[in-house]
Amino acid sequence: MKKQVFHDTQSDLSFKPNWMFSRVLIYSILIVWAFACLFPIYWTITTTFKAAPDVMKGNIVPWWDFTPKWLGLKSLGLSPNTIFAENTVREEFLKRFWNSTIIAVSSSAIAVALGSCTAYGLSRFSYRFGFMRNSDISFFFLSQLILPPVVLALPFLVLYKELALLDTRIGLIALYTLTVLPIVIWIMRDQFGSIPVELEEAALVDGLSLWRAFVTIILPIALPGIIAAFIISLVLTWNEYFFAALLTSSHAKTLPVMVASQTGSQGIAWWSMAALSFAAILPLVIIGIILERFIIKGMAAGAVK
Amino acid sequence: MSKPEGDYLHIVMPDQISVKRQQLGRLIIWGSACTLFLVVILQSLDQVNFFSFGFENWRPTLYAYLLWAFCLCFGQVILYGEQGKRRLFILPAVLFVVSVVIFPLIFALGIAFSSWNLSSPDGRQFNGLDNVYQMWTDPFYWNAMKNMVYYTLVILLEYIVAFGLALLLNAQIRGRKFFRVAFLMPLMLSPVAVSWMIGKSMLEARFGPISRLARELGWDNPSFFGSPEMARAVIMIMDAWTFIPLMMIMILAGLQAIPKEMHEAAEVDGASPWKKFWEITFPLMLPVSITAILIRIIFKLKLADIIINVTSGGPGGATDSVTSFIFREYRDRSNVGYGTFLAIFYLIIIVIVMTILIKLSDRWMKPRY
Repeated sequence: MKKQVFHDTQSDLSFKPNWMFSRVLIYSILIVWAFACLFPIYWTITTTFKAAPDVMKGNIVPWWDFTPKWLGLKSLGLSPNTIFAENTVREEFLKRFWNSTIIAVSSSAIAVALGSCTAYGLSRFSYRFGFMRNSDISFFFLSQLILPPVVLALPFLVLYKELALLDTRIGLIALYTLTVLPIVIWIMRDQFGSIPVELEEAALVDGLSLWRAFVTIILPIALPGIIAAFIISLVLTWNEYFFAALLTSSHAKTLPVMVASQTGSQGIAWWSMAALSFAAILPLVIIGIILERFIIKGMAAGAVK
Repeated sequence: MSKPEGDYLHIVMPDQISVKRQQLGRLIIWGSACTLFLVVILQSLDQVNFFSFGFENWRPTLYAYLLWAFCLCFGQVILYGEQGKRRLFILPAVLFVVSVVIFPLIFALGIAFSSWNLSSPDGRQFNGLDNVYQMWTDPFYWNAMKNMVYYTLVILLEYIVAFGLALLLNAQIRGRKFFRVAFLMPLMLSPVAVSWMIGKSMLEARFGPISRLARELGWDNPSFFGSPEMARAVIMIMDAWTFIPLMMIMILAGLQAIPKEMHEAAEVDGASPWKKFWEITFPLMLPVSITAILIRIIFKLKLADIIINVTSGGPGGATDSVTSFIFREYRDRSNVGYGTFLAIFYLIIIVIVMTILIKLSDRWMKPRY
């Protein structure tokens, strides 16, 4: 047996009420807030499976308070016994879902492509465009963020009518690209700024052209930033309601517009609204859980210099 | 916001552009520009029924414009070689933004000074300053403006909550990843779905769980959208619930960037936690805080989805934001001219206020130590 050299002092061993108290306080606040964040989602999921009496009694916990029924999914035609039958509601729902997916994905992709090129150019070369220098050009792009959607909505309504782009996916894609472009540039500028210029210099010395170097060397390094920008654009475009409500009527209607048009018309049939809302939030909830670190990376970009 | 200017990537350009190549480049650019010009003239003539070419819409002009934009980008490379390839990085985005923002804005100015009801057959009629007078005497618009001021002021409260949560997340805790994901969730949800989930079902006066809880706590007849103040507060809370994560994450990123040595040094000097926060954390976080608040203000000024779907401005316009008011102005009366004027006026106010805020924050952001 060796003799113990280091001892805990008396103050370390003693019970520390202050420390315990702060632990309890921290965790209780965290848990309360997490509950506030998650309960609406939980509520929506469970309400999908509630019948009218369950809704009226305010039952909350499945299998304990009430027995889950397939009502919500049935109203969308997605429950086990309706999934193989013809169903107009399901057709409608899938069409909206598909519209939302196409519009969100393609506008985010376009915005990321345009935005990365622009951010790269602005972070590497000096431009002169009339009186505008690099910082003015960046400011020009970022200032689009301030533009409220109402200002563009009505002119676009009239313009699209003339161009026969009203109620088309392309029309919405163009507008959504515009709304997320400043955010993409904001994130990507931060990303490219952190990549040393020596990398391209080495590539150029080795004989790559400017664009080859950009595509094969810089873009792969900037991939985390690109994913972050893409996901944040996806969140914003998937959830967009204002333009979609004004500029679409039947063909290109997106999921949020469908959800909005159903609220209020359902009475106590909460299960169908719950199912619809749940379907509208589900893709992003999954993305949020899996790709959380990219979202945080994207939002933190530019906050810390 | 701005970076130092100048070339970061130096390239020696060996390009010798031959005269023929230059001519080709000019030909492509000017040729497509002429095509665009020609199509526009033809379409305009068609529009005023001078000639009839049987155009159904302005699509041909759009195609001609796209062709010109493409040729302009392509021509840069032919004309200027390496220098043109550089321009190619930003030219597409510039063209895109200019054509989708600047052009409609100019168009909007034209609409703003006219009376144009889309459902009436008269079409657009220039009416000078009538819209200005109408706006001046429109109590609902000014009410919506006043609401926007309230909505914006609440951001300070949201900021305090977000800062608190970020501090907690930055503390020594277990399950940090779980809490981070959970706290992030509200931001991912579509405002329209949120307005049903919370506004229409959880706050429903008879069966909603929150109303039930309120009844348990002794509020006999809970109604969350009955009185103006209450309705406004509920909208504020719902919007805060969605957007607090945004500020929280920006502040958290800032907190994590503070070097640990600062805190250790303060601890050695015997600073209390309270003092440590006010003397170190808060001043160091000032730039991040200001950025977060500015971005939050920008998002707040667009607030509309929740209001349109939950209260549609009621009761009596107490919850109206400018955006939702203009939305209804168009939806109910399809009054494009007046609505556009209101929107342009709103834009001008926003630009003025944001410029002042950015200028002020530039001054505050300079650390004092």
